[in-house]
Amino acid sequence: MLSHALLLSAVLFVIGTLGVIIRRNAIIIFLCIELQLNAVNLAFVALSRYTGIEGQLFVFFVMTVAAAEAAVGLAIIISIFRHYKTVDVDKFNLLKW
Amino acid sequence: MTEIFFILFAVVALGGAVGVVISRTPIASLLFMVATLASVAGIYVLFEAHFLAAIQVLVYAGAIMVLFLFVIMLLNLGHDYRADLRFGLWSLLGFVVVGLTFGVLAQGFLDVNDTGFREDGAAVAAALDAAVQEQGVAGVIAEPLFTDYVVAFELMGLLLLVAIVAAVVLAKPRSRSGES
Repeated sequence: MLSHALLLSAVLFVIGTLGVIIRRNAIIIFLCIELQLNAVNLAFVALSRYTGIEGQLFVFFVMTVAAAEAAVGLAIIISIFRHYKTVDVDKFNLLKW
Repeated sequence: MTEIFFILFAVVALGGAVGVVISRTPIASLLFMVATLASVAGIYVLFEAHFLAAIQVLVYAGAIMVLFLFVIMLLNLGHDYRADLRFGLWSLLGFVVVGLTFGVLAQGFLDVNDTGFREDGAAVAAALDAAVQEQGVAGVIAEPLFTDYVVAFELMGLLLLVAIVAAVVLAKPRSRSGES
C-alpha cells in the first residue's frame, strides 16, 4: 500500500502542476497549488509510518504555511481584482515586457 | 479491507483532482477540491495518522476552503470558461512538464518496498503503534513538537501573525485622502 500511496501522491502532484500551467483564473491556479501541497503531505504521511513521527510533524508545518499562504494570496488577489477588475493572470501585465 | 478503502479514497481523490482542473466554474472546482481533501484525510487514517486526518478536515476542507469560497463569491467570478484555458503551445508545454515530472517521481517511488526506505521500517511502525497506545494520537505528535521542534513551532505562530496583518493590510481598500 505504501508504494501505491506514493504513486497516488505523484499523480495528484502532476495534476496540480497541469492545472497551474493550463488555467488562467488566478483562484484556480491557487487551488491547484494547494493540491500540490496536499500531494506532498500525502507522501510525507505515507512515509512517516515507516520512518518515524517527524513526517507527520512536517505535514503539520506545511499545513500552517499553506493556511498563511492562502490568506495572504487571496488578499493579494482581492487587491489586484480591485485594480484590474479581473483575475485572469494574462491581464496582469505591469511587469511584462 | 484496508486495500478496498484505499482504492475507494484514491479514486475519489483522483476524480476530484481532475475535476478541479477541468471544471467550468470556480465553485465547482472548489467543491471537487473539498472531495479530494476529504478522501486524502481518509488515506491519512489508513496510515494511522488520525490527528492529521482530523486537522485536514477541520483546517483544510473547513477553514481554508471556506476562505476560497468567500473570495470567489465576493469577486463573482467564472462566467467565461473558454478564455480560462490555455491551448496550443502552453498546453503542449503543460503535458511535457507533467510527463517528465511524473516519470521522475514514479521512477523514485516504484522501487519502494512495503516498509519504506529503511530496513527496519516494520519495527518503526510497531514502535509508533506502541507510542500511540501510551500517549494517544495527539500526544505522539505533541511530544516532539514541544521539545525538539519547539523553535519551528514558535516560528509558525509568528508566521501566522504576520500573515494575518499582511492579509488585513493588503485586502483593505485604499482611502482617497492618502492616509494609508
